[in-house]
Amino acid sequence: MPWSIRKSGIDGRKAWPVPGSALWLLLRNPSAVAGGGIVLFMALMAVLAPWLAPYDPNALNLAARLQAPSLAHWFGTDEMGRDLLSRVVFGARVSLVIGLVVIILAGGLGTLAGASAGYLGGRFDNVVMRVMDVILSFPSLVLAMALAAALGPSLKNAILAVAFTQVPKFARLARGEALNIRERLFIKAARVSGFSAPWIITRHVIPNCLATIMVLATLTVGETILVAASLSFIGLGAQPPTPEWGAIISVGRKFLLDQWWYPTFPGLFIVLTVVGYNILGDALRDVFDPRLRGGRL
Amino acid sequence: MTAPPILSIRGLSVAFQSHGPPGRVVENLDLTLRRGEILGLVGESGCGKSVLARSILRLLPAPPARLTGEIFFGENLENLMAAGPQRLRAVRGGEISMIFQEPMTSLNPVFTVGRQMTEVVRLHTGAGRAKARKVCRDFLASVKLPDPETVLDKYPHQLSGGQRQRVMIATALSCGPKLLIADEPTTALDVTVQSQVLALLNDLTRARGVSTLFISHDLGVVAQLCDRVAVMYSGRLVELAPAESLFGRPAHPYTRGLLEAIPILSAPRAELLAIPGQVPNPADPPPGCRFHPRCGQRLDRCAREVPALTAQGEHWVACFNGHDR
Repeated sequence: MPWSIRKSGIDGRKAWPVPGSALWLLLRNPSAVAGGGIVLFMALMAVLAPWLAPYDPNALNLAARLQAPSLAHWFGTDEMGRDLLSRVVFGARVSLVIGLVVIILAGGLGTLAGASAGYLGGRFDNVVMRVMDVILSFPSLVLAMALAAALGPSLKNAILAVAFTQVPKFARLARGEALNIRERLFIKAARVSGFSAPWIITRHVIPNCLATIMVLATLTVGETILVAASLSFIGLGAQPPTPEWGAIISVGRKFLLDQWWYPTFPGLFIVLTVVGYNILGDALRDVFDPRLRGGRL
Repeated sequence: MTAPPILSIRGLSVAFQSHGPPGRVVENLDLTLRRGEILGLVGESGCGKSVLARSILRLLPAPPARLTGEIFFGENLENLMAAGPQRLRAVRGGEISMIFQEPMTSLNPVFTVGRQMTEVVRLHTGAGRAKARKVCRDFLASVKLPDPETVLDKYPHQLSGGQRQRVMIATALSCGPKLLIADEPTTALDVTVQSQVLALLNDLTRARGVSTLFISHDLGVVAQLCDRVAVMYSGRLVELAPAESLFGRPAHPYTRGLLEAIPILSAPRAELLAIPGQVPNPADPPPGCRFHPRCGQRLDRCAREVPALTAQGEHWVACFNGHDR
């Protein structure tokens, strides 16, 4: 790597990112750059939506219904004359919120439960993991549909339902890591120093499994967005007029034959986002955890 | 010479329940540690040294471990076997601290040294962040780590094994414990670092009047460092004596065997001496004196009766022909 050597040493300036660091490895990994680029693009689009979108996503213009893509409306308009580009751009916000909230809820709860189960062992471990097994035994989409239907169709309930189905994945992974970390000497040292079990779990066990959890979290964001869009598509998630991609497709599918652009662009964005998160997740796994390289989680 | 006791173990037995008969890893053991002394505990691998150390802090998972007997600790000789979990957590790290054999893995790799050290200090002294950091810096200086301020901000992987063991010693002493349990603290270090760390342990514990239970299988180290030495064999104490007396006039055949097994560098090359036979299985120990199947001087009664520890002055030995020689 002559480039990095030149950059780091001779002229005395510190190279950034530091060669060998995680960021440096990521930037040298083409799929990490591609996936990260897509994810970053979507995140920026979500954050900057009010400035990027050319129109109000909910502004009706019945004179301009179902127009084909043009310079004025890049992605065309829907049956109410709303600008589809603006709706897709604002839809990124909804997807980002869904992804983040689900990861925080499911990842947080699952990691805590799994790490505690792995560290404490015994009956607690058995009870927690059997509950997780029960949740896992349902196909996640079916379970999410049932829950969302039971809770009542709304975006909030769809998020809760999806989060619930994702908890066991995190719990299993965190438990496996905790079983390994529990035997390390620094845990014994912490016990000898008089720390309590909750402290050891939160301060020693969980931080040491975060690298693996983050990989799973990234991969899960893609799946989450897909499931949430599916729920919206069948009417159990975001309700119109919320500019949610799945909801837009749900209405737009009736127009697919004559107005192909209506469901196509939001669909493309779902595909792009999910692919982006999956590529990034795989790359993160390669960088953080070479042991897992090649195999799926 | 006879300072008051800081730790008094009375009739301690530790059994492990597994499939089949329970393994008695420590059996009916009495041991007293005096205030300010360094007591060496030696014995082969598997004789119960580490289990004994861990049972003092009540660290063994129960089940499978079953402890009976009494462990009295501190000025008031409080019975640790009767202490509740909260009291035990206060004792651990605060009044009794422990250092381990493997300094490489004793520190959490994802946090800085300073963070881990200050957490211990804050837990036991209730000090604030800044005060705890100052305490830690002083202790790192006292274990002769150069530039303690930068060490505090380093991650464990940036330190060498010797440096890490110094950090562990500093952490162990930082809350002013009355007793330090050192479980083979220098085994994983190379020889030059080992002698530095030992000198450090010696200076620091003696200067602070910290009593030390020093577990080792390195007899040379024990001879240098310890005031008294206890020899364990298969879960029982077989000999307990001041260091000079134990190394000068070993009374138990097992102790003599251990001393003879030390290779002498200057001697002409000869075969390495070893004690014949193997350590007995704790689930199925031989009757009577547990050493008798391997002993060269066994009597008929050795296989029938358990020899009691008998004293000649300060020198205790559990052997039927111990003091007669």
